[in-house]
Amino acid sequence: MQDFTFRRPASLADAVEALRSIPGGKLLAGGQSLIPVMKLDLAAPATLVPVAGLGELRGIRLEGSELVIGAGMTHREVGESAEVAGAIPALAALAGAIGDPQVRNRGTLGGSVAHNDPAADYPAALLALDATVVTDRREVSAADFLGSMFETALADDEVITAVRFRVPEAAAYAKFPNPASKYAIVGVMVARSPGGVRVAVTGAAPGAFRHEGMERALAADFSASSLDGVPVDAEELLSDPQASAEYRAHLVGVMARRAVEACG
Amino acid sequence: MSSLTLNVNGRSVTADVPDRTLLVECIREALGLTGTHVGCDTSQCGACVVLVDGRSVKSCSMFAWEADGAEVTTIEGLASDGSLHPMQQAFKEHHGLQCGFCTPGMVLSAVDLATHHADASESEVREWLEGNLCRCTGYQNIVKAVLVGAEAMEAGA
Ligand SMILES: Cc1cc2nc3c(=O)[nH]c(=O)nc-3n(C[C@H](O)[C@H](O)[C@H](O)COP(=O)(O)OP(=O)(O)OC[C@H]3O[C@@H](n4cnc5c(N)ncnc54)[C@H](O)[C@@H]3O)c2cc1C
Ligand code: FES
Ligand code: FES
Repeated sequence: MQDFTFRRPASLADAVEALRSIPGGKLLAGGQSLIPVMKLDLAAPATLVPVAGLGELRGIRLEGSELVIGAGMTHREVGESAEVAGAIPALAALAGAIGDPQVRNRGTLGGSVAHNDPAADYPAALLALDATVVTDRREVSAADFLGSMFETALADDEVITAVRFRVPEAAAYAKFPNPASKYAIVGVMVARSPGGVRVAVTGAAPGAFRHEGMERALAADFSASSLDGVPVDAEELLSDPQASAEYRAHLVGVMARRAVEACG
Repeated sequence: MSSLTLNVNGRSVTADVPDRTLLVECIREALGLTGTHVGCDTSQCGACVVLVDGRSVKSCSMFAWEADGAEVTTIEGLASDGSLHPMQQAFKEHHGLQCGFCTPGMVLSAVDLATHHADASESEVREWLEGNLCRCTGYQNIVKAVLVGAEAMEAGA
């Protein structure tokens, strides 16, 4: 690993200022993606700016029809939060099944969303729950925020402060995990709201996406059997040693049915 | 370089280490506490698990300066006055180890679980140990030991 220095910011404004003024500055949250990447020398920041502990990035609260979770909240904190379990139990379950307890003790919502690993769990929740990513300077819809693998709409000096999730009537997340890492080979979140049904898929493609065919079928009839015959196109899906594109397409259907059934 | 002050196993220690130093390197090399092991260095095996402010973390996936000012507990800090910690005692009695390489991480991970969920079920223990790999035991006796150790910790609390 290359040597570097760190600068502990006193506030959110100070963190943004640090990113602007220091060449090669980079945010560090839980380090559960960034540190492995730095060990491989795939990233070599000159200065790390740790943000997970900043007060502006902490907290979980219900605001009207939205659940607002600070970007610095760890996966364990989200998974064990009574507010999250009360408002969106599927989200607490998703966070509680990321990686392992030690990853959950360090890894954060903001870090996961900024990293946008194609096999990460949170991107499915962001799309299914019509979420808004809040940064130090703007609010961006999840659909506009999340790009293809490891890409987002974040500027180099921008800090995610929170994510606002719309509270659904019912939601469930079903994941077919890699047995070693628990990353999603395929993960599907289904959410039913007065505004409609959303089906969001992670792990299967270079970026999380919504499956409109399934959404239409479920809007007409919210039952697992209504997904029978809805095609999942393998064309755009990932093929790797874990699973072929065809197998992933099959798994999208299986996980979606499981999630619909779990919505009750 | 940074001069760090950590509270390790109840003792305040200082270490002058380069900023890229991982917590596990600081513990093993600067502080000489070699009970914390490095199995993979790629965040997968859990041999390096220690407690930072009571929560289990992979010390190969955290920089030493992130623990500046924190309470760090390594395997060396569990026994007191020559008697084993209840979780260590349970691992010993229930044969929760063979070669012992994974054991420090297993024990500290188990202490985190038992401290926060004293009544964890067998399946919760198995799920909790997701990040701790053991190449010897097949896990049966580890799970048994964690259940007994958690009960003993609760009884002693
Ligand atoms: C063994 C293992 C298993 C895992 N399993 C899973 C899994 O099953 N599912 C899953 O989803 N993930 C998994 N992960 C990844 C884990 O969830 C990470 O915690 C997460 O991807 C990154 O969060 P972090 O807080 O650790 O961020 P870091 O690693 O600290 O940062 C990641 C990136 O985000 C940027 N960043 C961090 N915070 C902010 C912010 N507030 N604003 C803007 N940019 C920011 C950083 O600059 C960096 O580029 C696993 C990781 C490991 C090591
Ligand atoms: S050495 Fe840290 S997880 Fe393997
Ligand atoms: S006892 Fe040998 S690795 Fe677990």
